[in-house]
Amino acid sequence: MAPETGMPESGGATAGGERAEGRYLHAVDAASLSVIGKPWRKIDARSRVTGQTKYADDLALPRMLACKLLRSSVAHARIKSIDTSAAEALGGVHAVLVGSELPVAFGILPVSQDEHTLCIDKVRFIGDPVAAVAAVDEDTAWEACRLIRVEYEPLDVVTSVFDAARDPHGMDPADRIHDYGREGNLHRCEHLEFGDLDAAFAESDLVREDLCFFEGNTHLPMEEHSTVAFTDPDGKLCVMSSTQTPHYLHRALAKVLAAFVPPHKIRVIACPNGGGFGGKSDPFNHEIAVARLSMKTGRPVKITLTREEVFQTHRGRHPVLMKSRIGVSKDGRIKALEFETHLDGGAYGSYGTASTFYTGALQCVTYKVDNYHFKGARWFTNKAPCGPKRGHGTPQPRFALETQLDKVAVELGIDPATLRSRHLAEAGSLTANWMRIGSMGLGECIERVCAGSGFRERWGRLPLGRGVGLACSSYLSGAGLPIYWNAMPHSGVQLKLDRSGLVTVFCGSTDIGQGSNSILAYIVAEVFGLDPQDLRVVTSDTDLTPVDLGSYSSRVTVMTGNAALQAAERARDLLVPHVAAQLDIPKGRVTFGGGRVFDCEDPERGMTFAEAVGTAEAKIGTIGTTGSYRPPKSPARYKGGGVGPSPSYSYTAAVVEVDVDPETGIYTVPRIWVAHDIGRAINPALVVGQVEGSVYMGLGEAMMEEMSYRGNRFGVHKIPSMLEYKSPTSMEMPEVVTYLVEDPDPNGPFGAKEAGQGPLLPIMPAVANAIYDAVGVRVDEVPVTPEKVFDAMQRKAQGKEARYGPRELPRVEWPEPRRVRTPWQGGTGVEVEREDELARSSQG
Amino acid sequence: MTSSKVLGTFVVNGEPHEVAYAPHKTLLEVLREDLGLTGTKHGCELGECGACTVLLDGTPVVSCLVLAQEVEGRAIRTIEGLADGPDLHPLQDLFAELGASQCGYCSAGFMLAASELLERNPDPTRDEIRAAVAGNICRCTGYIKIFEAIELAAARLRGEQGQPTREMLYGS
Repeated sequence: MAPETGMPESGGATAGGERAEGRYLHAVDAASLSVIGKPWRKIDARSRVTGQTKYADDLALPRMLACKLLRSSVAHARIKSIDTSAAEALGGVHAVLVGSELPVAFGILPVSQDEHTLCIDKVRFIGDPVAAVAAVDEDTAWEACRLIRVEYEPLDVVTSVFDAARDPHGMDPADRIHDYGREGNLHRCEHLEFGDLDAAFAESDLVREDLCFFEGNTHLPMEEHSTVAFTDPDGKLCVMSSTQTPHYLHRALAKVLAAFVPPHKIRVIACPNGGGFGGKSDPFNHEIAVARLSMKTGRPVKITLTREEVFQTHRGRHPVLMKSRIGVSKDGRIKALEFETHLDGGAYGSYGTASTFYTGALQCVTYKVDNYHFKGARWFTNKAPCGPKRGHGTPQPRFALETQLDKVAVELGIDPATLRSRHLAEAGSLTANWMRIGSMGLGECIERVCAGSGFRERWGRLPLGRGVGLACSSYLSGAGLPIYWNAMPHSGVQLKLDRSGLVTVFCGSTDIGQGSNSILAYIVAEVFGLDPQDLRVVTSDTDLTPVDLGSYSSRVTVMTGNAALQAAERARDLLVPHVAAQLDIPKGRVTFGGGRVFDCEDPERGMTFAEAVGTAEAKIGTIGTTGSYRPPKSPARYKGGGVGPSPSYSYTAAVVEVDVDPETGIYTVPRIWVAHDIGRAINPALVVGQVEGSVYMGLGEAMMEEMSYRGNRFGVHKIPSMLEYKSPTSMEMPEVVTYLVEDPDPNGPFGAKEAGQGPLLPIMPAVANAIYDAVGVRVDEVPVTPEKVFDAMQRKAQGKEARYGPRELPRVEWPEPRRVRTPWQGGTGVEVEREDELARSSQG
Repeated sequence: MTSSKVLGTFVVNGEPHEVAYAPHKTLLEVLREDLGLTGTKHGCELGECGACTVLLDGTPVVSCLVLAQEVEGRAIRTIEGLADGPDLHPLQDLFAELGASQCGYCSAGFMLAASELLERNPDPTRDEIRAAVAGNICRCTGYIKIFEAIELAAARLRGEQGQPTREMLYGS
């Protein structure tokens, strides 16, 4: 069934989908751009380097109270009673809040509204909040928490997917962590089939099956989460918080506090985040608790988490146990790929349903995969809830696939770079699972890192202990669908043009350090020919700024950028006729540049930008425009196809060099070469910064970072501190050679794609592949610690399998698969059953 | 739990400030809560992350581990005192120019630690820079832009041009 000649151009669904109006500037020659593509300072750089940026915990208001949460000391228990009387009687305590006062459940995804502000009937992990106190200061609030008596009735503690999978039918329903989900502690269980796997495996020249484990790790942002809530002078609730998603927080507050305050009287302001990496994307219990406490006390209330509480709040990388079965032809083409993932979700749903699908969504966007099956299960366990961390659900399967391809390359005797570049997915094509690829620069990325590192000359030829490893990846430039179903734009921008020449950009997006505020300024400044530092950018305030869904899924540059471009082009179109009339020239000759608006044929004739705004304002009144963006409709119309589609995909290739001590397994990473297909760099200096930061974070995951719990010791987190949770310091950071590959994408503003997440993905598998090149052993587990390298080397010396890694998966009764024909089988992007139904009804 | 306060004088960025403060407070808490100097950050309050680094008599200390009472009268420098009036310190300029400050939360600690290094060693090697900031964690940048910013700031402080290379701004 699988074609040998590449994929068809289109698989029956419309390509591209809706396009925002306005010129699409991806094709514009870089030389004609004056702002885009230049390494400007961030517009808020001065504020950040002078210490003037106000993060949430820097806010202090008159009469402000301090809040602390009493958190569960047991991993799984029913709450029999809570006695807060002693706490309430303590001097300096203004209010104590318990769960029964806020019975409405919330959660980031509509399908898993399984959290309460404070636990009502039971606790599900050590750190689950049970009560909240507002007091004159933190010390008093802590003391009051200590005075609250909670009586627990212990329940079975589940700390691994194997525990969770034990006897789902026979288990006492009372012992389930949640009373929803598939059965027992199985939260989600998904099964998708694209194409004919059996036939493809039969035709394959080489079939391998590999098991892998990727341990969970956490974001570890430098700023601990903090929230201040108060009633403003007009009697409205205002919540200022370190959140990446003020719009979703607004929705959660409106839902939980519906009995007390209507949505339009809730204002959420996202403060600049001191790092997020996905860890501040959920609406959090502490945010809602201080909101309610501020209403109860009539005073501002602030909570700032301790570092230990940040570990408990988590929402980080899911531990994922995986099996990948691959069938390839002699020249390395992937004819069949069967993937099974088991996610250890922790205690709540969070983004987990999306995470589950993400472990199966992006396998086919890097290399051609003719037939693809995916099974994904997410399990509840009594640990801090997992969620989205940089790369959300895709680094784990990427590790499995890229290490497996390395093994395939060795078996086929093809070098790993050539194996990959021979079978790249094509620009503009559809994948087996109906993802629409836009521009695709992975081939050039591979060539750049190979040329820089000498990979092809060095791989397999270095002395014992030294090695190079290669891996590739891809990531979304924004999720194609919103968190909650709606047909409204994902991003909105408003512009105000003032006769002083000031342009103010309003947008709901949140700058978490990646520079999203600056991106807005660069794009608008490009259209008007202004200096981006002269604009005013107002963001992340639900009262003042139009909705943007938030800083997640690497969506902000593409989505807010397109919205800003549309708004700016509309404003320019308002000015042009009036300037043309004033100068008595045809409209087509009006040009913006250098802070002026002028006749392109006689640049001396013109006016300042401020005068141009004034000229138009005199004719048509106050100048303001809006712009908005909605991603193209996805051709993936099957259930589960909502996770993975994106306006475009970025691509990355990396080569990692390692020095391994063949005696001990201790290794260092002296150098990394990384090439990233950015589409077009709006600001190359910021892109280089995102790439280097991603490489760093990926290296931390590869070498040392892990959330580890005492599995058989009550589910206690072993290392909730920055000293013991190892992350790379300045001493470990290797030299990084970064290449930016620019292959402008038609869906991106000026052709831009994402930069913040994709470059993290290849680092973990590239490290593992380099270890193999150095000492001939496979560590099929992240982090790749020296102990594991040592263990595998010992096994090799004993003549056993030269490998460290998992050997089994939990057993699951998988549901019948949802079968979807691939584009080259003549599919339409919906399930076969629905296709057949539609065919019957059209015949009838 | 409200404890009685003590009165003390702290010399911060060259200016004496008389403060009534709870005697168990750390220098970090007095700076942020009593003096309103919130440019000094905290990431752990256990001396592990370096975000709260300030200079005490010219030496970097993690202010979360310094008892305020012990440093009354001694010279304290915070990020608010790094610039010379309206003119940014070369470290601040270079952190801004190279994007060495992404979220910015760790930046004050890095710049203060680096400023002390450059005082005693005007032309440090990359390894000396790594060692000088080894107690400061940054989760955004991967440290590389920070190293480069410190190297270029050192050059500018020596009176040289200290211009970023093309690779720093555009990649290789």
